[in-house]
Amino acid sequence: MTPAPGITLVGGASFGAAPLFPPVHLEIDAGSWSCLLGPSGCGKTTILRLIAGLETGVDFDGQVRASDGRPIAGRVAYMAQTDLLLPWLDVLGNVTLGARLRGQVPETEAATELVARLGLAAHAHKRPGQLSGGQRQRVALARTLMEDRPIVLLDEPFSALDARTRAEMQDLAAETLEGRTVLLVTHDPGEAARLGDRVFLMGAKGMVEAVPPALPAIRPAADPETLAFQGRLLAALREPA
Amino acid sequence: MAGPVRGLAAGAVFVLLWQALVTLADIPPFILPGPVRVVEALWSNLGLIGWHAGITLTEVLAGLALGAGLGAATAIVLAVSPAARYLVRPALVATQSLPVFALAPILTLWMGYGIWSKVVMTVLIIYFPVASAFFDGLMRTPPGWLDLGRTMGATPARLLWRIQVPAAIPSLASGLRLAAVYAPIGAVIGEWVGASGGLGYLMLLANGRVKTDLMFAALLVLAALALLLHRGVGWACDRLEARLD
Repeated sequence: MTPAPGITLVGGASFGAAPLFPPVHLEIDAGSWSCLLGPSGCGKTTILRLIAGLETGVDFDGQVRASDGRPIAGRVAYMAQTDLLLPWLDVLGNVTLGARLRGQVPETEAATELVARLGLAAHAHKRPGQLSGGQRQRVALARTLMEDRPIVLLDEPFSALDARTRAEMQDLAAETLEGRTVLLVTHDPGEAARLGDRVFLMGAKGMVEAVPPALPAIRPAADPETLAFQGRLLAALREPA
Repeated sequence: MAGPVRGLAAGAVFVLLWQALVTLADIPPFILPGPVRVVEALWSNLGLIGWHAGITLTEVLAGLALGAGLGAATAIVLAVSPAARYLVRPALVATQSLPVFALAPILTLWMGYGIWSKVVMTVLIIYFPVASAFFDGLMRTPPGWLDLGRTMGATPARLLWRIQVPAAIPSLASGLRLAAVYAPIGAVIGEWVGASGGLGYLMLLANGRVKTDLMFAALLVLAALALLLHRGVGWACDRLEARLD
């Protein structure tokens, strides 16, 4: 992996004449977790897609830069709310999908190791249809790690999981993605409070930063300061726009 | 096991009703021969019917292979090229408003009485269902898969081959299942318009000579061929989907 850069996004977006979000300034620190928290429809996914270089369907007036001045494209791994596993490939096939799509020889040995590290060794040759939701999201994480990209964009990847599996996946992601520049888009204040080195709140008025507890992420969910921070985030989310 | 048993039972009921109709209504054999007469005609003309069935089967299989290949290729070109979608798609839909059967005499005029006019007729009939079903499938790839592929640095060709095409196989399969039903229709229509062989030709010939039992024997074989083809293509499609699913 090349050194992880920071990312700056400056600008606003609109659908034709209808504004989606006003001009914002988002600073994502190199090698740490930034959480972008906001209600559905506030444009947080659009921001993630703008950074990923994906189609957004909006008019974006602004720019996205990496701190090292090099292009972001090709240095991003992407994980979405749904696992996006291809049903016709087994776990190893899905984990090595990137190599296949680039016309490279899949590194099956490395993929096997990674799959084992995420506790999926017994499932390496199963199709996604035979796995539980939590296992499938683990495979998606393995696929993301296999890409070995310095920038990782997570679009609510844990929101469809049950509370216990979600907490496990948060621990696993925090551990395995260490050292990478991570942007996590989420609507869950608890998730942002646990995982964010920096936390940005997004609403109709724009973006504000909320300062998390001094305790480094990933924070225990029961830590009083973390809980208080979660409460503040929820209160901020509930403020009328 | 339940499938074949049910099929046999339904067949037996059909044959009984047929025989009952002929016997009770006293229908003359040149209008509707009984099942026994038809089986006799089939048995005594086995070589003749077999030869004609071979011709029809060749036409159907060649038409099916060519039509499916052309249809699938068209779907891929349309999926890849917005220009092709813009130019070709309206024309493709417009051709479907023309009854393809109306072209049969022209095809016979251009290509003669041999098998090719029937092969082309079959191709024309199945081309659109295959192209249309596969194209729909190709355009309905879940967008998340394409996003993922793009962030992974896939070229459009590899996105197509590794994600869009496999994802569209169930749609292609439903197009092919439909094609298997339509293909024999195309071949027989072609034979009716002008042919020197084939089951459709044999039926016309038998009809003209009031050999009604032979006509029904040919029809029976045609139905069996169509059923086998439907089953065969269905089985192949199931295998293809099972590999993917």
